[in-house]
Amino acid sequence: MKELVVISGKGGTGKTSLVASFAALARRAVVADCDVDAADLHLILEPQIQGCEDFVGGRKARVTLERCLAQRQCLDLCRFGAISFDGPGNGRVAKTCRIDPLACEGCGVCFDFCPRDAIRFEPVVCGQWFVSQTRCGPLVHARLGVAAENSGKLVTHLRRTAARLAAERQLDLILCDGSPGIGCPVIASLTGASLALFVAEPTVSGLHGFRRVAELAMRLGVPGMLAVNKADLNARVTEQLEDWARQHGIAVAGRVPYDSAVTRAQLARRPVVEVSDGPTAQAIRDLWDKVERRLQASPAEAASHLVPLASSPTT
Amino acid sequence: MRIAVASGKGGTGKTTVATNLAYVAAQTGRMVVYADCDVEDPNGHLFLRPTIAEQRPIDRLVPVVAADRCTRCGRCSDACRFGAIACVGNSVLVFPELCHACGGCQLACPEQAISEVPRSIGQLRLGASGRLRFVDGMLNVGEAMSPPAIRAVKAALPNGDALVILDCPPGTSCPVVESVRDVDLVLLVTEPTPFGLCDLGLAVEMVRALRLPFAVVVNRAGVGDREVWDYCQRQSIPILAEIPDDRAVAEAYSRGELPLTAAAPLAECLGGLLAALDAGWSRGEQDVP
Repeated sequence: MKELVVISGKGGTGKTSLVASFAALARRAVVADCDVDAADLHLILEPQIQGCEDFVGGRKARVTLERCLAQRQCLDLCRFGAISFDGPGNGRVAKTCRIDPLACEGCGVCFDFCPRDAIRFEPVVCGQWFVSQTRCGPLVHARLGVAAENSGKLVTHLRRTAARLAAERQLDLILCDGSPGIGCPVIASLTGASLALFVAEPTVSGLHGFRRVAELAMRLGVPGMLAVNKADLNARVTEQLEDWARQHGIAVAGRVPYDSAVTRAQLARRPVVEVSDGPTAQAIRDLWDKVERRLQASPAEAASHLVPLASSPTT
Repeated sequence: MRIAVASGKGGTGKTTVATNLAYVAAQTGRMVVYADCDVEDPNGHLFLRPTIAEQRPIDRLVPVVAADRCTRCGRCSDACRFGAIACVGNSVLVFPELCHACGGCQLACPEQAISEVPRSIGQLRLGASGRLRFVDGMLNVGEAMSPPAIRAVKAALPNGDALVILDCPPGTSCPVVESVRDVDLVLLVTEPTPFGLCDLGLAVEMVRALRLPFAVVVNRAGVGDREVWDYCQRQSIPILAEIPDDRAVAEAYSRGELPLTAAAPLAECLGGLLAALDAGWSRGEQDVP
């Protein structure tokens, strides 16, 4: 089983548009939308949701109002500014301690050290995840709760689910749409993948973002390829991107032109390659051919760590 | 006055709006600070080209265990909810990248064998670009948690009358919440496409959950459809500026130029945005839409 993660560093460089086209071209793939705090792939792939579950990630502290005697140990111990001494009275004290759930880090220190046992530490639902069927194959996707944490854990969960589905349905490829940045959801998307495709735009910030995420992938030992989107916007920066890639052992997979066909396809809610035969659609097909060949040449066991032990083949 | 420039979707033009708005505002003679809170991928410096006056590491505390006092009782690893400290056989291992610096292990240790030392997770830079003051944070590659670095950027901001423009990371989860917390207004930058609209909806839910006043800026107006306008009208969300789609702006941006110096319509647009913000404040319009 092979796993491709499409990633960019800088946001809005065209990851989702490319993944939607790849899903249409690949045919035998499970698609995972790992951009859990701004998921958009469902807008193009029109999933029929077959299963939905709550995602529980971490715990949060809550004050049990009637037990609080306002001793304020929690207030002194919390390092995240989540506790304030302005909760309602409870008949024993005029004011109680109050915990802001959005500021709570989930460390449990207040719970461990409250002398009155007046703090509960309960699992929180931080989103929902879905298994769906689309015309391009199965899709696993999620919706992180508003202002929620633990997006990295949710990404790992989606990738494991995608690997399990791929094993069950005998599909040999997982296509992941990653999130921007280099932080926890990106680390969770890249770790152990067979190949990263970096989608960069030829702008000074695109170059900056590409270098940072490529350095992260190198550090995690994930091989990479580069695709330059909107390549004709700035020929000089396109060359800088490709030069930097080659110097760092990242193969250049291709260039996609700056073209309104991409926005038109998005408005029609279809992958570019399904609605256009123009130069951009052709560039994406050529790109996919190169990426697919590279994936076939990469070691098959790369993504196997994602398969839960119970369903992995014994060797 | 603190204004956060945010968006659900990446690449909608947060940095374009934040840098150019800060630049235009600084031209009026007031004290303006541009603060780049997108510590995973800070880009504002590429356009504002500040002179950096001070650079210092952003530190986080991590535990160290004094081997001579430690009895390997394992209370520290039982107390840690993040798997950042583990008692394995005859030694205690610390995994700094997983540590949230809550201090729980230190409190749990019955032998006082745990102390804390600072560990650098990134760099904070302070400087100026002409009249405009500049702050940014850059997270080290490989660090998973950006909120502590964002807190360091916000801790370096001046109090008082300065107008502070915070350039936020994309998305709607903890890094964005950390960036927008306590601001006076959130400007949500979107583009008129299905992706832009979907992610705008998520960002609106987030700012409403945080009870923050907000308004919308539509970037690349003219590329897609009218659904973003319909949505804002239905939800009674003010649209403070519409930046027309313009390849000249995209090309100036690609070269690292402040696009408003290359495109008159953008300069006009941001001048209008600043006037709208000033007019709103003088009328005391700070209600949550």
